Amino acid sequence: MDFFEPTYIAFFSRWLHVLSGVMWIGLLWYFNFVQIPSMPNIPDKEKPAISKVIAPTALFWFRWAALATIITGLSTAHLNGYLVNALTLGIIDASQKDTAIGIGMWLGIIMAYNVWMIIWPNQKIALGIISANDDQKPIAARKAMLFSRTNTALSIPMLYAMVSAQNLY
Amino acid sequence: MKNPLESLSKTVLIGILLTIVMIVLLNLIY
Repeated sequence: MDFFEPTYIAFFSRWLHVLSGVMWIGLLWYFNFVQIPSMPNIPDKEKPAISKVIAPTALFWFRWAALATIITGLSTAHLNGYLVNALTLGIIDASQKDTAIGIGMWLGIIMAYNVWMIIWPNQKIALGIISANDDQKPIAARKAMLFSRTNTALSIPMLYAMVSAQNLY
Repeated sequence: MKNPLESLSKTVLIGILLTIVMIVLLNLIY
């Protein structure tokens, strides 16, 4: 096997995409399925363990995994020759496969935008990483939570689109 | 009315419904 042939390089990019995607969506689901629902059950004096230690670390890997997933996803599409056809939702070549992967890519891009432009700036306020008034913190926390939930909802069709494009169409 | 995204189960339901809409559209178009 030649590790420098285009087929292997495209595969390697896809492998990196899956690795970073698992970390991103895994942490997204950790926040939504574990951390947020558990917070009301944690005594107030123990809450800083989450808000000061676990959440900032999880958010670090979460936001950089999101960026890595987008970069490796775009490189995978380019190396396999379907980047433009997918981003134009298969309209150019009337391909169901390109429409499916295109929907998945756009959902992923919207989700990564939400992470970097809405969730992370609001989490910085909510967790006290940047200084803000005390009355701003619950507003920022609610906004971050709702956009995190939006991404959780979008992750379901996004993964269907991604997996079906590769295995069904 | 409360935002449905405040509920985890409703969030998952919205995700499943969006998936069904996407599948139906993909089958209608092609």
